[in-house]
Amino acid sequence: MKRSTRRRLTQGVLYAAFAAVVLFVILAADWGKIQSNFFDLDVAVATFPEIVSIAAKNTVVYTAIAFVGGLLIGLLMALMKLSPVLPYRWLATAYIELFRGLPALLVIFGFAYAVPIAFQWRPPGGNAGAGLIALIIVSSAYIAETIRAGIEAVPKGQVEAARSLGMNPAWTMITVVLPQAFRIITPPLTNELVILIKDTSLLFIAGMAIGDRELTTFARDALTSQANATPLVVAALLYLVITLPLTQLVAKLERHNKRGR
Amino acid sequence: MIPVAQPASGTAAVPAIEVRALCKTFGSNEVLKGIDFHVDQGEVVCVIGPSGSGKSTLLRCVNRLEEPTSGTVMVEGVDITDEETDLDGIRTRIGMVFQQFNLFPHLSVLKNLTLAQQRAKKRGKAKATQIALRNLEKVGLSEKAEAFPAQLSGGQQQRVAIARALSMDPDMMLFDEPTSALDPELVGDVLEVMKQLAREGMTMMVVTHEMGFAREVGDRVVFMDGGVVVEQGKPEDVLGNPQHERTRLFLSKVL
Repeated sequence: MKRSTRRRLTQGVLYAAFAAVVLFVILAADWGKIQSNFFDLDVAVATFPEIVSIAAKNTVVYTAIAFVGGLLIGLLMALMKLSPVLPYRWLATAYIELFRGLPALLVIFGFAYAVPIAFQWRPPGGNAGAGLIALIIVSSAYIAETIRAGIEAVPKGQVEAARSLGMNPAWTMITVVLPQAFRIITPPLTNELVILIKDTSLLFIAGMAIGDRELTTFARDALTSQANATPLVVAALLYLVITLPLTQLVAKLERHNKRGR
Repeated sequence: MIPVAQPASGTAAVPAIEVRALCKTFGSNEVLKGIDFHVDQGEVVCVIGPSGSGKSTLLRCVNRLEEPTSGTVMVEGVDITDEETDLDGIRTRIGMVFQQFNLFPHLSVLKNLTLAQQRAKKRGKAKATQIALRNLEKVGLSEKAEAFPAQLSGGQQQRVAIARALSMDPDMMLFDEPTSALDPELVGDVLEVMKQLAREGMTMMVVTHEMGFAREVGDRVVFMDGGVVVEQGKPEDVLGNPQHERTRLFLSKVL
């Protein structure tokens, strides 16, 4: 058989297989059931406005709190890991390795249930607050490694130039190294933010007050009370409304960074 | 008017730079093997030699960007290897220019020049800006104050780097192969600025491959090879009538 004939034949088989699967799905699926269970307009309308004014708003607020908290603690841990003082390096390494190694869910459980039982102490903000503390801690461990990598990616000559002008290590870090490091790590940090948006859904296991619910918890409750999956679809669309612009932004930043080099 | 240069802390008798029995090793690699070296105030000393001879390391030991393994480095009579020495304070008096310019890419040219003035010399913004603009004018780049380093040619970046060092009102300037990273047609502008500085009486230590500059501007030429000073003297003697075989060999390759 000729090479070109064989290639055409292979492609033909692939297309035929694809067409067969599509045809099977169209014929076999119960479109009425799918429509009434996942795309029920009345159920969808009933989730508004709370799904935006409470749930989506809380998702955004929780993400912002966890990200800012994660950045601050992450920066601290990154600086400690690069510190000339050995115990600081140990502490930062232990923190980072511990919380990168544990499932976020387990840490949330810990702060929402284990800590209150063990120490008779409730974190501020109820269970949502407890879950947020856990999210901050977990995200800060990842962000710390990102920031450390960014600091190390700034050319050594930059520090030498600043120090040779008589600037002390602290001012060198603040005015010369960190601004360049954050420029380098903007794409991975934005990625971290997108992951965090989705991870706020884990707060659902902390068990939250009505007004504290974020998108996933809200949709799960609606799913139960309405016996219909449409709220999940609405929540899914709202997640995409939040995350898609951000992932587009990451792609744009990465292209921009490549050009700049 | 602002005084152009701070008075030197020592008397004219104290050398600007005095290096004694300086050794530097990187791991098992002995880069400097007991260097004795000095630069008098107002003197222009050019250090030449093959790559790997240790000349850049010697220069970087003067402001302690490299930690000397043994020996002493005195700047204006102050031992900079002493733990009690205010290293940051000394460094504001030693301007340094790098082969790779090392401008701060995230800051405008003007901010490059004012940053250390404000942070290390605690000058006010207005005064720092005034001094920065004066030094930009000196290197012929007044119109580039608002530009960013990436928008400048290599030669312009190096002149900005010189202006940045000058803005600290240093007593002396160290140049670490300042024209080696430049396209040939851009070397002249940078050398011109350095000649101007020399004419004004700036104390200069220049590690360079520009033999023409060394001959024309240098008060003294130091030839290094293999981590030692092989010979030194007036440019016309060292470059025109070298006494050592290694110097002759090196010069035959570069001239």
